[in-house]
Amino acid sequence: MTPPPLIVAHGLEKRFGDFVAVDGIDVRVEAGEAFGFLGPNGAGKTSTMRMIGCVSPRSGGDLSVLGLDPAVDGSKIRGRLGVVPQEDTLDLELTVRENVLIYGRYFDLPRAEIRTRADELLEFVQLTDRGGDRVDALSGGMKRRLTIARALVNRPDLLLLDEPTTGLDPQARHLVWDRLYRLKRQGATLVLTTHYMDEAEQLCDRLVIMDDGRIVAEGSPRELIERHATREVVELRFRSDAAQTAAIPTLRAVGSRIEELADRVLLYTDRGEADVERLTADGVHPETLLVRRASLEDVFLTLTGRTLEE
Amino acid sequence: MATPLALRVAAHQAQVYRRFWRSSVFAYVLSPVLFLAAIGVGLGDMIDQQNATVDGFSYIVFVAPGLMAAAAMQGAAADSLWPIMAGTKWIRVFHAMVATPIRPRDVYDGTVASTTVRAGAGATVFLVVAALFGAVPSFWGVLAIPAAALCAAAFAAPLTAFAATQETDLRFPVIMRLAILPLFLVSGTFFPISQLPDWLQPLAWLSPLWHGVVLCRDATTGTLGPGSVVVHTAVLVACVAAGRAWGVRSFTRRLGQ
Repeated sequence: MTPPPLIVAHGLEKRFGDFVAVDGIDVRVEAGEAFGFLGPNGAGKTSTMRMIGCVSPRSGGDLSVLGLDPAVDGSKIRGRLGVVPQEDTLDLELTVRENVLIYGRYFDLPRAEIRTRADELLEFVQLTDRGGDRVDALSGGMKRRLTIARALVNRPDLLLLDEPTTGLDPQARHLVWDRLYRLKRQGATLVLTTHYMDEAEQLCDRLVIMDDGRIVAEGSPRELIERHATREVVELRFRSDAAQTAAIPTLRAVGSRIEELADRVLLYTDRGEADVERLTADGVHPETLLVRRASLEDVFLTLTGRTLEE
Repeated sequence: MATPLALRVAAHQAQVYRRFWRSSVFAYVLSPVLFLAAIGVGLGDMIDQQNATVDGFSYIVFVAPGLMAAAAMQGAAADSLWPIMAGTKWIRVFHAMVATPIRPRDVYDGTVASTTVRAGAGATVFLVVAALFGAVPSFWGVLAIPAAALCAAAFAAPLTAFAATQETDLRFPVIMRLAILPLFLVSGTFFPISQLPDWLQPLAWLSPLWHGVVLCRDATTGTLGPGSVVVHTAVLVACVAAGRAWGVRSFTRRLGQ
C-alpha cells in the first residue's frame, strides 16, 4: 500500500481583498518527495507556502496537509511541520544554541531531548563552534543554516522552505544545498519555493511552474525541459540593436524557434553546433555566442514569454 | 500533560528577559523609588511640618501606593509597545512562533501575561523598599502587589493589541507623552482626585490607573472595603477583557493572513 500524500490541494485560492495571489491551483505531494514551486517574485509561491504551513487561511478550494484540514487542525499540523521562512525570524537577542532550544519548547519537547537534538542539529548544519555566539554576528548563510536546524528540532514529517537560498552568495548557497541534499537522501519530504532555476533543477524531484497565481506546467525538471524546450539553446549577443535586428531573419530561418530578449537572442535547436556553423556561413557574426543545454529558465520563458529573474 | 501554548510564549519572554531585566528594574523599581525619595520624603516632610495629612495619612504613606500603581502602568505601557513591534516587524520572532503549534492568540496571551508578571515582580520590590521608608503601615499591603499587576495588565492588554496594528513605532512616543504621562499626574497618584476641577473628576474615574491607585492605596493603608475592591477590580478586569478581545483580532490579522 502506498502511503497517503502529504499535501493535496484542489482549486486552492488565496485572495487579499480584490487581489488574487493564488488562483485555483491543484497540487499533490507524496511522502519522500522533493517538490518545488518555481516562479518569479509575485507568482503566488509564498502565499501557497503560508497556506500549506497553516499560518494563512485559504480563501477557496480544498487543502489537506498530512491528511488533516488546516482550517480545523492548524495547530496540530504545524506541530509536525518544519518551516524555513523567506525572511529570517531568528531571535537576534539569543545565542545560536538558545534559538534552537527555545524553538523546541514551542513544540513542548522535553528539555533534555531538545538539548540532545540541538547538539546534533548544530553539528548537522556545521554551526557547533558558533553555538554560544549571538545570532547577530552570523553571516547570511549561517543564519539560513541555523533556521534549517531550528526547523528540524521537532523531527518534522514535512519540511517547507520558502526561497531557501535567496540573498546568499554562491558558496553559502552550495552549503545550504548540500545540507538539503543530505536531508533528501535520508528520506525527508521537502517542499520548496524558488525563483532560481538551478536550485529547482538541483533539488527537486518534481516541480510546478507558477506564474500569476496559476500553475502553468508540472513535471520533473527533465520532463519539463523535454516537453517545453529543445535540447540545446544558442545564446547570441550583438554589438548593437541594429546588428541584432539585421540578424533576426537568418536566425529564424535556422532555428526551430527564437526568443528575443533585451540583451540577447536565444535560438532553440536540437543541434547547436551545426546551427552555429550555418549561421557563420550565412554571415551572422555576434559579439558573443554560447551553446548550452536547455534549462528550466527556457521552459519558463517558453511558457510565459518572460524571464524568471526580472 | 501538554504545556499551554501561551506559556510556551512566556518561556521565550523569560529567556529573552535574562538579557533585558536591567531596563525593567529602572522602570518598575528605580524610577518610583526616586520619586518616593524626592516627593514622598522631601515634599512629605514639608507637609508633615504643617501638621497636615492627605486623606488622613502622612504624605509618604499617601503617595507610595500611587507611585507603585503608576510605575506598573508606565513599565507595562513601554513593554507593550516597542517589544511588540520587534516581534511583529523588526526581529519577527512572533512569526517564528506561529509556524509552530502556537497560534496568534497564544502569542498575545503569552506576551501580556509576561508583562503582567514583570510588573508584579517590580511592584513587589518597590513595596519592600517603600516599607523600609515607613510608607506601608498595614500588612494588607501585600495585596497591593496583585493590584499593581492587575493595573499593569489593564494597560498591557489594549496597548499590546494596538501595537500589533501599527506599521511603525511613530505613534508610540505620542502615547507615552499624551496618554500615559497625563494619567500618571492626574489619577490620584500625587494628590486626591477631589483636588481636581469638578469637570475633570469624572475623567479621572475613567482612568484605569486611578482604579489601580485606589486598590493599592486601600491595601497599603489597610482600608480595603469589599464594595470598593469589587468595583475597582471589575473596572480593571473589564479593561483587560476588552483589550484581549482586540488583541486576539489584531494578532490574528498581523500574524495569520
